[in-house]
Amino acid sequence: MTPAVLAGLVGAAVVGLGLYGLIVDPQPLRKLLAFNLIGSGVFLVFGIVARRGAAAGFEFDPVPQAMVITGIVVAFAASALAVALILRLSETSGGVSLDPAVWTKPDDKGEKGDGQ
Amino acid sequence: MMGATTPGGFLLVLAILLPVGGVLLSFVLGGRFAERVALAVTPLGLALALAIAAGVAHSGQPLVYAVGGHPPPLGIALRADGISAVMLVAAALIFAASGFYARAKFSTPPGVAESRAPLTFWIMLQAIWAALTIVFVSGDLFNLYVALELLTFAAVPLVCIDGRPETLAAALRYLLFALFGSICYLLGAALFFGAYGTLDIALLAQRVHPLPAVWAAAALMTAGLLAKTALFPLHLWLPPAHANAPAAASAVLSGLVVKGSFFLLLRLWFYVLPGLPAPAVGAVLGTLGSAAILFGSVLALRQARLKLLIAYSTIAQIGYLFLIFPLASGAHSWSADGWSGGVMQILAHAFAKAAMFLAAGLLAESLGHDQIAKLTGAARKMPLTFLTLGLGGLSLMGLPPSGGFAAKWLMLRASVASGQWLWALVILAGGLLAAGYVYRILAPALGDGAVALKAPPQRGREAVALSLALVAVALGFAPNSFFDFIEIGRPIVMGTP
Repeated sequence: MTPAVLAGLVGAAVVGLGLYGLIVDPQPLRKLLAFNLIGSGVFLVFGIVARRGAAAGFEFDPVPQAMVITGIVVAFAASALAVALILRLSETSGGVSLDPAVWTKPDDKGEKGDGQ
Repeated sequence: MMGATTPGGFLLVLAILLPVGGVLLSFVLGGRFAERVALAVTPLGLALALAIAAGVAHSGQPLVYAVGGHPPPLGIALRADGISAVMLVAAALIFAASGFYARAKFSTPPGVAESRAPLTFWIMLQAIWAALTIVFVSGDLFNLYVALELLTFAAVPLVCIDGRPETLAAALRYLLFALFGSICYLLGAALFFGAYGTLDIALLAQRVHPLPAVWAAAALMTAGLLAKTALFPLHLWLPPAHANAPAAASAVLSGLVVKGSFFLLLRLWFYVLPGLPAPAVGAVLGTLGSAAILFGSVLALRQARLKLLIAYSTIAQIGYLFLIFPLASGAHSWSADGWSGGVMQILAHAFAKAAMFLAAGLLAESLGHDQIAKLTGAARKMPLTFLTLGLGGLSLMGLPPSGGFAAKWLMLRASVASGQWLWALVILAGGLLAAGYVYRILAPALGDGAVALKAPPQRGREAVALSLALVAVALGFAPNSFFDFIEIGRPIVMGTP
């Protein structure tokens, strides 16, 4: 097994772990951490892709590396936005939950029972 | 050379720079200048969109601009074809309408130098416009990823602009779904780059083969974009987010923002992968779309609040969009009908839904609530508002004459001609269900009863909402040249199944 294949497999495993957390964990903050875990896995895969730049005559392909940096900036901005929302939610509602019961008013009868 | 700048290509750069410049200027000047900048930008943006459309129509070819003078694969290309130009014009019209409608609610109060909600609203409105413009004209899959993220970051604050906990939770849920979607998309883009060393749409289209990596990439990107487009069963975030946002924001979110990610799906399957033999993909997406039509419509019938009803109707109408995948694939005699119907559905729904959300906002402000059960007799007090709801509903049901009718008629023709009867049944059932939920709004409102208005609606804002509904109706009279126009730049692969 070459290092590139190993790194690719690790990337895939990290994405899988993150995806599991994002879907299963009910806590928004943990969901956000899981999202960041997926992001790390994806960036790892991008790193492997950069190695394949040898086909274009480079030792390493700089384009995927530039994309990874852009992706990290975007993921950072997304995390900051999500943390700001979580903080504001806990300030205004006294707890952090995505449970519909928290934000569904009693008069939204149709809103409940939509298969959540 | 397909990557070289064409005459008029600089218009694409201007179309992106204008709203971006508006965002920066609004942020720097602050206060009530944000509103003035945003409102000054809208007519200019509309003029630019029309100029781009005229350029595409005149040359019959996509407008291309190679950024920095480097054509792909070294550089990044901006491309506007027929469908981009149409979407740019539609977006400009809806942004202009939402902007002028929102002046009453999001003006900085007199005596205050700056207030949080108005400043956020005007900046984010222009940011959404900028992101959508990039989505419509970008020719590079990674550029499109950045545009998608910008779109999300601009749309989420509009959902929770009033700061109530339920809107914050709705915004957070929306953000988490969107982040899942964009990270899946990014992974797909990485696989494409790994396989072919480019992310330029036109270059990829020449190079792709049905390899496992391509299928994996396409599946990841599609799954991510489905979450962002709120296709059943990934729709859970949409109703609370769209129904709790202010009306002017809901109109943009429901009419345009979900179309942004759908536009990328069209780019992926019809522009990057038209050569892939993918009838199974069309069947899966069509089935999910059908489920969305039935499920969304039935839930819309059960809603107690008008804005929630309209939001669930969005889920159903998004379902129709996905019938484009089985109905427009390949190069059959019926594919052109399927494509025209799908694009017409994007436009008709954008205008009809924006008009209905604006009207629902007027209704909620005048009555102080939007409970459907308490609308009895309201149409006598607010005839123009209910005319808007009625005309928008006409298009949603697919009754002639309206854009919705043209869209559903073309889709029906394609499904009958291609022998895919199932979709025809779903289209008809969806129309009946839509008639049911529009009837639920209109029937009590037209009946006898006395409702007390807190304040009569402003005529100007009623006229803005009505004008959008009239556009949705007018789309039903689109001439054949319009359908030729939206074919410009669409790769048709001969001989695919």
